[in-house]
Amino acid sequence: MSALKIKKGSSKHSAYDLRNPNAEIIETHTLAVVVDNEAGVLARVIGLFSGRGYNIESLTVAEVDHTGHRSRITIVTTGTPQVIEQIKAQLGRMVPVHRVQDLTVEGPSVERELALFKVSATGEKRLEALRLADIFRANVVDSTLESFVFSVAGATEKIEAFADLMRPLGLIETARTGVAALTRGPE
Amino acid sequence: MVVQALKDQGVDVVFGYPGGAVLPIYDEIFQDQGIKHILVRHEQGAAHAAEGYARSTGKPGVVLVTSGPGATNAVTGITDALMDSIPMVVLSGQVPTFMIGSDAFQEADTVGITRPCTKHNWLVKDTDALAGTIHEAFHVATSGRPGPVLVDIPKDVQFASGTYVEPREAPQGHYNPRVKGDIEMITEMVAAMETAERPIFYTGGGVINSGNVASQLLREFVEATGFPITSTLMGLGAYPASGKHWLGMLGMHGLYEANMAMHGCDLMINVGARFDDRITGRIADFSPHSAKAHIDIDPSSINKVIHVDYPIIGDVGHVLEDALRIWKARGRKVNKEGLAKWWAQIEEWQAINCLTFKNSDQIIKPQHALQRLEALTKGHDRYICTEVGQHQMWAAQFLGFEDPHRWMTSGGLGTMGYGLPASIGVQVAHPESLVINVAGDASFLMNLQELGTASQYDLPVKQFIMNNERLGMVRQWQELLHGERYSHSWSEALPDFVKLAEAFGGKGIQVSDPADLDDAIMEMIRYDGPVIMDCLVEKHENCFPMIPSGEPHNSMLLGDASTQDAIGTTGAVLV
Ligand SMILES: Cc1ncc(C[n+]2csc(CCOP(=O)(O)OP(=O)(O)O)c2C)c(N)n1
Repeated sequence: MSALKIKKGSSKHSAYDLRNPNAEIIETHTLAVVVDNEAGVLARVIGLFSGRGYNIESLTVAEVDHTGHRSRITIVTTGTPQVIEQIKAQLGRMVPVHRVQDLTVEGPSVERELALFKVSATGEKRLEALRLADIFRANVVDSTLESFVFSVAGATEKIEAFADLMRPLGLIETARTGVAALTRGPE
Repeated sequence: MVVQALKDQGVDVVFGYPGGAVLPIYDEIFQDQGIKHILVRHEQGAAHAAEGYARSTGKPGVVLVTSGPGATNAVTGITDALMDSIPMVVLSGQVPTFMIGSDAFQEADTVGITRPCTKHNWLVKDTDALAGTIHEAFHVATSGRPGPVLVDIPKDVQFASGTYVEPREAPQGHYNPRVKGDIEMITEMVAAMETAERPIFYTGGGVINSGNVASQLLREFVEATGFPITSTLMGLGAYPASGKHWLGMLGMHGLYEANMAMHGCDLMINVGARFDDRITGRIADFSPHSAKAHIDIDPSSINKVIHVDYPIIGDVGHVLEDALRIWKARGRKVNKEGLAKWWAQIEEWQAINCLTFKNSDQIIKPQHALQRLEALTKGHDRYICTEVGQHQMWAAQFLGFEDPHRWMTSGGLGTMGYGLPASIGVQVAHPESLVINVAGDASFLMNLQELGTASQYDLPVKQFIMNNERLGMVRQWQELLHGERYSHSWSEALPDFVKLAEAFGGKGIQVSDPADLDDAIMEMIRYDGPVIMDCLVEKHENCFPMIPSGEPHNSMLLGDASTQDAIGTTGAVLV
């Protein structure tokens, strides 16, 4: 070790490989972040994600405690375990953040999303759309002679499956709320 | 109301520059003599001066700027403070609330622009909330990991009257980072210290931010255990350079023995440092055989870059106090045999004398200039600032710091133009002390307008320019990485620095002969007023040791080594 080792040639690793997405398994986590509902708080949270190169798959936000002015932001994000830990720590140290919960590890939890689908179809396709809607317990919230607007609530996979089925039948527009999530049980 | 809030926060000086949107606050300052205002020449200067003030006192620096360009000019200094965890409170004027969003004259989305470069910021829309927000701003800036905060105050809010609240009546936000470390984890770390054969303390700016008690505890711990200690650029002075366990700075331009010891240790105790890429080099090969403890007040620093075995979240001072107490209670054990061998190995590395350079009696070598500066200023009540470049690294290598708060440099952001205004902030805080800014010719030109500030307030700052007529650090990289193609890395049309000093009402000294160096330095020290010392140095000197980007610690380049082709293609894309 005491020999003076002066290295020549190329190097393969560097600090910039840290977030190499292939280095480890990518996980999907759902985070619940309770924040003060003050001006700019959402921009702060989103800015953290874009500034540090983290992913946002889904994001929902609403004030959940009107007297305490607290909002709950539910974020679905992906990354290596190390990146997920960083995201939680970075969120946790923000001044308006009260609590960061990782519902994926603190689970079990329930996750629900609401989606609206506008489907334009006539004839057999129209009937098929209605039948499928029934199976998915989607509600018809608007209808004309050549279109429906369906409302579906459920886990993200269910919403995706419904969208896949509607696409060949004439799906023309989609609106989704993003994921809302809570842990199960009394706590 | 703003001035009252500042006074109640113990603020004695504000660095600022007026404009339309802050006139009501300037009016308050005019009528209330309780606060000293230093009029800078550019808002970036105000921010760096506040950093110098904060870094040299441990108190938050306060900046006052107008809306629009005033605020945007301050952004570099705010970002600098964020990167180096310097407590700073910036008050900015804003167009009146009813004009926000209308692209009004000198309107900028200051809160939006500074969101990513502050620890937190606020737009105050209601005068009743103004005092409370300012108090909270001071709390956030100074607690936990310190940093800059900004309070944006629309002009109508400044004009209106509202109820004032004192700091202790102010609504307490919930922001209260934890300072005590987990006792079980501290005990595990202590147990590891008892048996380690090749331990090392690796300390950073967090020790200095934690306060003088932390430095005291660190010193006591190092002396009692006999462990070697190295520090980052930001942590110099926490442990004295004259201390017998001191290995010198580590990192890209750190000392051979420090980097080799980091590479070869079996227990690394990181105290308030953050495994920055200037320190770690190639991550995969960073200190491969060590268990690592990391004491940091910021949970997001832990496991960010390097996985550690003993993560301890807490204030350095508190954690060191507990660790020292536990270590004593368990019988003050260390692995004496292992340590003796370890020190023998370290002494071998030290014997390489990695800072050796070829001196000359024809031309002043930059390293020699700093050795003389060190020798001639050592006993003084001395504060050192730097700009950014080779001179900065040489200053870190060749000047010795005995106490915390004596070394002000832009570490994380590496901001050229930091040093001159920072030296002004330091001198404001310590009017009787010797304040020296070790500068490069190129960096110095980035904020030279602040000479006017030094002159106006009789601040006898000494600007020690190591003039190589080059963007030296850039030139060095081009030599090593870009086939000696020196693209735009020399300083053409440099001003006559002696005349420049005189034009601003200071004294200029030029020196080029090594034989005249000591006299010139003494003349600089003795002169009662701002001085520019134009020290003409060797133009093509390189700064060594150097760990090329993307290389591990034990692949260090030393001065006499052949440096050609030393940096691989992957390393070349790194900064
Ligand atoms: C604001 C800013 N712009 C560019 C750089 C990139 N940079 C780093 S060192 C350096 C050269 C500094 O030259 P000088 O101040 O003369 O110091 P020397 O390296 O010659 O000692 C440059 C351009 C920087 N650090 N900061």
